Amino acid sequence: MSGYLLLEDGTAFAGQSTGASATAFGEAVFTTAMTGYQEVVTDPSFTGQIVSFTAPMVGNYGVDPSRDESSAAHATAVVMREARGPGWTDWLVERGLPALTGIDTRSVVLHLRDRGAMRAAVVCDGRTPDEALAAVLAQPSMAGAALAPLVSCTDAYAFSTDGDIRIAVVDYGAKRSIPRRLAKQGAAVTVVPHDTPADELARYDGVVLSNGPGDPEPLDAQAAIVTELLGRVPVLGICLGHQLLARATGRATFKLPFGHRGANHPVLDRVTGRVFVTAQNHGFAVEAADDPAVSEVSLYDGTVEGLRLPELRARSAQFHPEAGPGPHDAWRIIDEFVAEVRNAA
Amino acid sequence: MPRRTDIQSICLIGSGPIVIGQACEFDYAGCQALKVLREDGFRTIVVNSNPATIMTDPGFADATYLEPLDVEGVASVLRRERPDALLPTMGGQTALNLARELHEAGVLEELGIELIGADVDVIARAEDRQLFKDAVESCGLEVPVSRIVTSIDQLEGAPVPAVVRPAFTLGGHGGGFAWTFEELVAQVERGIAESPIGQVLVDQSIKGWDEFELEVVRDRADNVVIVCSIENLDPMGVHTGDSVTVAPQMTLSDEAYQELRDAACAIVRAVGVDTGGSNVQFARNRDTGEIRVIEMNPRVSRSSALASKATGYPIAKVAAKLAVGYTLDEIPNDLTGTTPASFEPTLDYVVVKWPRFAFEKFAGADTTLGTQMKSVGESMGIGRTFREAFDKARRGLEIDPNWRPEGLHPWFAAELERPVPTGDVVFKRVDSCAGEVEAASNYFYSTRNEADEARPEPGKSVVILGSGPNRIGQGIEFDYCCVHAAQSFRALGFEAVMVNCNPETVSTDYDTSDRLYFEPLDEEAVLAVLEREQPVGVCIQFGGQTPLKLARAIERAGYRILGTPYDAIDLAEDRERFGTLAAEIGVRCPAWEIADTPEQAAEAAERIGFPVLVRPSYVLGGRAMRVCYDGGEVLAAVRTAGGTVLVDRFLERAVELDVDALCDGRDTYVAAVMEHVEEAGIHSGDSSCVLPAPSDSPVVRDVVRRLGVALGTVGLLNVQLAIVDDEIYVLEANPRASRTVPFASKAIGVNLVDAACRLAAGASLADLDLPIEPAHPAGVHVKAAVLPFARFPGADPVLGPEMRSTGEVMASAPDFPTAFAKAERAAGRGLPASGTAFLSVCDADKDGVIDVATTLVGAGFALIATSGTATVLAAAGLTVAEIDKDAAVADLIRGRKVSLVVNTPEGRNARRDGWKIREAATIARIPCVTTLAGARAAADAIAGADTPTAIPLQERHATARTP
Repeated sequence: MSGYLLLEDGTAFAGQSTGASATAFGEAVFTTAMTGYQEVVTDPSFTGQIVSFTAPMVGNYGVDPSRDESSAAHATAVVMREARGPGWTDWLVERGLPALTGIDTRSVVLHLRDRGAMRAAVVCDGRTPDEALAAVLAQPSMAGAALAPLVSCTDAYAFSTDGDIRIAVVDYGAKRSIPRRLAKQGAAVTVVPHDTPADELARYDGVVLSNGPGDPEPLDAQAAIVTELLGRVPVLGICLGHQLLARATGRATFKLPFGHRGANHPVLDRVTGRVFVTAQNHGFAVEAADDPAVSEVSLYDGTVEGLRLPELRARSAQFHPEAGPGPHDAWRIIDEFVAEVRNAA
Repeated sequence: MPRRTDIQSICLIGSGPIVIGQACEFDYAGCQALKVLREDGFRTIVVNSNPATIMTDPGFADATYLEPLDVEGVASVLRRERPDALLPTMGGQTALNLARELHEAGVLEELGIELIGADVDVIARAEDRQLFKDAVESCGLEVPVSRIVTSIDQLEGAPVPAVVRPAFTLGGHGGGFAWTFEELVAQVERGIAESPIGQVLVDQSIKGWDEFELEVVRDRADNVVIVCSIENLDPMGVHTGDSVTVAPQMTLSDEAYQELRDAACAIVRAVGVDTGGSNVQFARNRDTGEIRVIEMNPRVSRSSALASKATGYPIAKVAAKLAVGYTLDEIPNDLTGTTPASFEPTLDYVVVKWPRFAFEKFAGADTTLGTQMKSVGESMGIGRTFREAFDKARRGLEIDPNWRPEGLHPWFAAELERPVPTGDVVFKRVDSCAGEVEAASNYFYSTRNEADEARPEPGKSVVILGSGPNRIGQGIEFDYCCVHAAQSFRALGFEAVMVNCNPETVSTDYDTSDRLYFEPLDEEAVLAVLEREQPVGVCIQFGGQTPLKLARAIERAGYRILGTPYDAIDLAEDRERFGTLAAEIGVRCPAWEIADTPEQAAEAAERIGFPVLVRPSYVLGGRAMRVCYDGGEVLAAVRTAGGTVLVDRFLERAVELDVDALCDGRDTYVAAVMEHVEEAGIHSGDSSCVLPAPSDSPVVRDVVRRLGVALGTVGLLNVQLAIVDDEIYVLEANPRASRTVPFASKAIGVNLVDAACRLAAGASLADLDLPIEPAHPAGVHVKAAVLPFARFPGADPVLGPEMRSTGEVMASAPDFPTAFAKAERAAGRGLPASGTAFLSVCDADKDGVIDVATTLVGAGFALIATSGTATVLAAAGLTVAEIDKDAAVADLIRGRKVSLVVNTPEGRNARRDGWKIREAATIARIPCVTTLAGARAAADAIAGADTPTAIPLQERHATARTP
């Protein structure tokens, strides 16, 4: 069955439906990661987004439950040059995800790159472009969207109980790779809801502010909790968690034209002069003020990639040190954090 | 970290002649390195014996030395130039081995030269099997269970099946697979003989495991990026150079791929490559996920050239900048202009590489693929899907479309069941970033039914068609010509557009042209490019036979061929037409006839008179060409060749000349007359040749002049002539670039391709400011061929009318003996200064061998000969020991009791007499001369050569230009 991707500016890209027979809405974005399609789609940070893969063939090595970054698919739809099945395409159908194959994804990327990420629909239920466009224009924009509360757990749960130190991961839409890496380093990890009060968080030996979807700007309550928490225990912010740390310390965030999504982004550590290749997935960034706390910058567009606030015992990374998918170069940030917590405990 | 300021001059070692396992990829690497180092203000010096390389063009370095790549040759350059640093990572294993030998000989220390890119410890850790194993294990990784062996006595209890890998050899040369203990003993014996340090590794077999390669770049701040992953379709057991490969890897999940990535980074650090590109090869068990580290090259490689072309990330260029101190974040990515070299490439297309073989050239050779590389070239295809890329890479190779590698991963097997995509051709950009960053990249590939990104302005460009995958008979020389053509047309104000599909080459460097289309060289692909470009014209005279075959289709589609038109090509190639033309202008050709059946051919041969030369009507590199002495041989030869054949009178004992000329349609300029050292009958590509030619004369030049104009040549013309009893015969005329163009250009100091391009663009010869004819160079220049016999055990290493050489070297000296001796050294078969010569010649050569033997005795040699030859020599008063059994001679050779073999065979068929002797000499690497003329040149060189002096090309050319 045929289907199409329709952007809010009216541009359409035709292909064939290879997922659920439905229409899905979201912000059209693209990722340049060449592996890890299942991890991408189950990453809660993709909530409210239609993901287009630049990798031309997706689904080659099937699916495996161990690769899920959460318990559900979070991207609203998937756009591919060539979907390979049946494992992957069955998986998409089972999760009710509309998906397109046979799309000129490179043209989609060039369009989004030049005009910015925008609202879109993947239409696989036969509705007309006019109907679809009207529906797209009725969708909320990603700017200003407070999505973290929608994907956070509602009750705290233990991810791992073995460990000499206790670390809380505040779940704004956390990927499993974060607690997994922390546990691997010997921490007992508890995942807690996004609105867990600072006093409760301060009872842990360390706190990780997780990744998550949407705009950090409307998350005032969450930022306020971080402000209250800072200085009491070591804190590591990742992605949205990094943006919340920035907001909690009076820094501003802004929306990038089309974001950074991939597994090949070089980041310069200003302290050591070292470069590492990182996994990235963010549509917003911290304002690049002339800020001595900025410890890492993107070698791709100069945006802020990390903050270090030693007086508050906090640091953060805009990229994904937990990888999943992507290179492990920055695992050491998590490892160092665990070591720091262990030393302080 | 910025560029180092403590070094000012850098010497780069090339990889020498093209051999199996080391091809144009090192010219590509060397050119990139020289370019960026010069741009950065370093004085650059290059040593490479291969004249067909672009890197040895005088414009590419400050000082260019065409010297043998041995310790003596490179040391003489280093002593003269005294560079601050030596960069050995651009010239393949040849350069790395030389760096190690120069260090061991104390030359580097004596001259205070620093190795950059890889130091001696790194070279040792990557190559010495035990050190490498230690390094790998220090990362918590494993190599296959293995043992290091220096003698067959150490094989007790060794695992079989096993893989044998000699240390320090090219392309796994001398290695192999052994199922049984007996096979193991034989393999190890051969491997020890091949290894310069007499060491081999016996690996437990992991045949059937999947094979992956990662291209890694590291800088001195310890930053590491992975440029590309490559997956082999042929699993472990087949050399990666012989495998169909795909990039990026297709079948690994993220966690599996990241495990390899982590391993590759760890290994590069453990081996200690602190600046530059490396390649790490892994075997991975598909079922268990176990990983074994197979090998690591601390240098650019064939795979890195492939990775560079596959991604648009210029590994050699980056590696050169890293070697002089820059870090990855400081080097910009050319394609995007805005991102740094630390941005790992990401692909939105799939790349497939196919090897190209030449087994048809080596009757009797084992065609089974194994751990020793046997392919001579490669072709790369880019497509939006694996299926499309696989098909594009295969187009143009004569391969059964249904062929599938053994042990193919089920994913690939399933993909290959799908139909090849069809539809409208469009062009997409290679930009290294999957479109994420706006890139003004000029690098395109075709796909179907998508949006188009190539929007050239019509009427601005000249399209140059390249020569496709290297093969025997069509190699790097034509790439040299295409690259020069691009430079020339750019200089003339056109946009130069390149079409080619050989990933090893300089022509497919996006820096070479204004636009690069990485496409198969077939009618459909080329016409699609022309349709898009709407060029001023198309250049087909520089890419060898491949583009010539498209000439008619190009003209029929309404495009203009620049320079020599299709009709002139047809006139030269159609024997009937050419015969008539030759008669009209009074040029003599050997008698000839065309025959459609073996019987007709035999009858024709009777009329013409024996011996005759039989060959298919369209030939490349003397393919299936045979000299026949009777009707039975003719019948057999025609059956082998198949189809219509040409039967030519074969001129025995003729002197053969190779002439390169320029023609503007009205006048002809005879640029270079070269004389073959071997007599007519040896393919010109396999023969040594010398310039100036002793038999050059105004009459010779006049014949060439008449031909050039009569054919309607506009551009380059190559004519092959034979002289017998002062009579000049035309053997062949080709109105296009020939194999000798780079050698001739370097010898006479005139860029013949540039001149040809200007003629093709409308200039006349008078406009070109060419040196006055005859443009004799200073000194004597010898070109010698390099033959791959050691790779093909079972094939007879004797020269003949079918071309089998893979590459060539050039040597210059004040006199012929010195130049010849140097050329033989450069070709890797240095002539002995003393010892014992074994002589066994056919009856026709018996008289001539006396001179040769006398010269050798005069140089202090003892003689051994077979009875017939010994009788002749004894009768001439020479002391000679007689020996009669081939097997006994082979034993002497294996025991290295003989230092020179002269063996001209009786009879003209494969496996003729004495081939066991020649094979033993090939394996023992003892010089083996199979023609009398070759023997005479060798004897004269042994007796008369002086110590050669290294003089740069720039200085030679300046001298040549000074009256």
